[in-house]
Amino acid sequence: MSALATEPMTSPPSGGSSSGSAFLYRHPRLRLTGLLTAPMLWLGVLYLGSLAIMLVAAFWSTDEFTGQLIKQPTLKNFHTLLTGQVYWVVALRTLGIAVAVTVIDMILAVPIAFTAAKVVKSRGLRYALVIAVTMPLWAGYLVKGYAMETMFINNGVIDWMLAPLGLKGPGLGIPATIFSLAYLWLPYMILPIYAGLERLPDSLIEASSDLGASAGKTFRGVILPMIVPSLIAGSIFTFSLTLGDYIMVKIVGGTTQMFANIIYDNVGVANNLPLAAAAAVFPITVIVIYLLAVRRSGALDNL
Amino acid sequence: MGDESAANARDGVAVRLRGLRKTFGEVVAVDSVDLDIADGEFLTLLGPSGSGKTTVLRMIAGFELPTAGLIELDGTDVSTLPPFQRDVNTVFQDYALFPHLTVQENVEYGLKVKGVGKQDRRTRATQALASVQLEGYGNRKPNEMSGGQRQRVALARALVNRPKVLLLDEPLGALDLKLREQMQVELKAIQRDVGITFIFVTHDQEEALTMSDRIAVFNAGRIEQVGSPADVYERPSTEFVAGFVGTSNLLRDETARKVLGAQGVYSIRPEKISIAEPAAEPAMHEHHVDGTVAEVIYVGDATRYVVDIDPGGRLVALSQNATASSSQVLEKRGERVRLIWDRAYEYKVHD
Repeated sequence: MSALATEPMTSPPSGGSSSGSAFLYRHPRLRLTGLLTAPMLWLGVLYLGSLAIMLVAAFWSTDEFTGQLIKQPTLKNFHTLLTGQVYWVVALRTLGIAVAVTVIDMILAVPIAFTAAKVVKSRGLRYALVIAVTMPLWAGYLVKGYAMETMFINNGVIDWMLAPLGLKGPGLGIPATIFSLAYLWLPYMILPIYAGLERLPDSLIEASSDLGASAGKTFRGVILPMIVPSLIAGSIFTFSLTLGDYIMVKIVGGTTQMFANIIYDNVGVANNLPLAAAAAVFPITVIVIYLLAVRRSGALDNL
Repeated sequence: MGDESAANARDGVAVRLRGLRKTFGEVVAVDSVDLDIADGEFLTLLGPSGSGKTTVLRMIAGFELPTAGLIELDGTDVSTLPPFQRDVNTVFQDYALFPHLTVQENVEYGLKVKGVGKQDRRTRATQALASVQLEGYGNRKPNEMSGGQRQRVALARALVNRPKVLLLDEPLGALDLKLREQMQVELKAIQRDVGITFIFVTHDQEEALTMSDRIAVFNAGRIEQVGSPADVYERPSTEFVAGFVGTSNLLRDETARKVLGAQGVYSIRPEKISIAEPAAEPAMHEHHVDGTVAEVIYVGDATRYVVDIDPGGRLVALSQNATASSSQVLEKRGERVRLIWDRAYEYKVHD
């Protein structure tokens, strides 16, 4: 034993790659550097960099005649946005649509996720359900958009289905936009709820029932509080994706405008990049306020 | 609760199981179980994993619906009632405490969903926590407590509802040995105090013997034997029970004929067998067999001798270490010995 202990450390007698990993094993700092250099460059330069340039550009302006960029800091863009009534109307409409989309997705996602996570016993069927939920994500955005248009358009599929009942669909407009966006973002709501429910032990649901709670009371008293973090995660997706969407509303929204259309039009038609950048601060602000409110409410304290 | 006149009217049977059966697809988990559990009794369902004992418990609780058969609670058929309409409560193996609620809220949960007023709820929950020695822990969250404390919260949460029957699904399984032994004693004391019928599931035969008024030994979905701990231990009715409860020590077929002069399979408990010199003379009421010590296992308070007996097969003898030191007993390995026991301790078991 002592003879072994006093023997000097020798590097393992093997090829280059394994001595390389042995070297990394002894130098944890180097290991971390190797691991994170590429992703940090990506995050730092492209991700945060573009965001920073956008925020800086929000304080620039353009020459009204030549359209040239004037790189002098000014609050002109924010002044325009905050005093223009049309911007307020569109912003509130967009918020309303985002809330509606989120609520519809929550109502649809909870039973689907619950079925997949808790009702279905067979593992194979469960995975099949989860894959089925993600299937709409495999199709292109525009394809789904125009599919939605054929559903909602005058004398479209929905009108045709409602005709025997003497009813008519909502046609193109805000309701069609809400339903279409809810359809688009539904998987983003289902998946986090499914993950949350899968982590919830069955015994908690059984315990609640055992203690005398009916299904409804168990849902309100145990299941809902336990999946609040999942609901928040899902709603961040549905909320921010809705705030940033401008294509669906063009396809199924009729003449309706959403806030991202303002950004898009200012970049394209109006060629006023600084105003677009200032407008883009709006969705960021909304999400930041939402996250702060969530934190204050203590909804995530049980994580 | 001690409503004796009502209990007598129903023959004092808290739970009656008749022809209870449960299949999961092709698998038969529980196969025609009949059992009467008396008011205020501490009954243990003992068996290896997969023997159906937990499924029986879950059917009594209402988490599983029986494929066939009858479950009566206090004289009423509850076979198809949902859990929340049955007057039973369960202590779960993983405790199943609600992590988003405080200890106090956990204990109050059952009362709250049944519409008990806030003041009454508070008082009863506080009492329940005191009865499991957890006064002052009400404001903690379950994840701030140790395993033993969570165990007690789970117990208080169930008992506060004063159920007719308390179901315990291997509740001590996750505790370490010392705490486990302590909780066994406490559980038994609590059961005596509250007088509620306890149905306790375990795979630990020692736990079953320690705590129960009666034990039902399960194997492959059926009950092999029901009886007091002494019945089950001293007079196992089947080979399975003899093997599962205590050490399997069987004389069978040819060996039984040679040693006992009788047909069949016989069980003798290790502590009933004494180790003697090869020349020792057994008394009239005793049987003996000669053999060679194959293994000596020193377990502190006692020593187990595994003896290869001459007619073929092995017997285990257990002797208390009243004077012997471990080095002395270990020297016995390889020695010739004579095993002697009282004929009264031979039990014929069924295959």
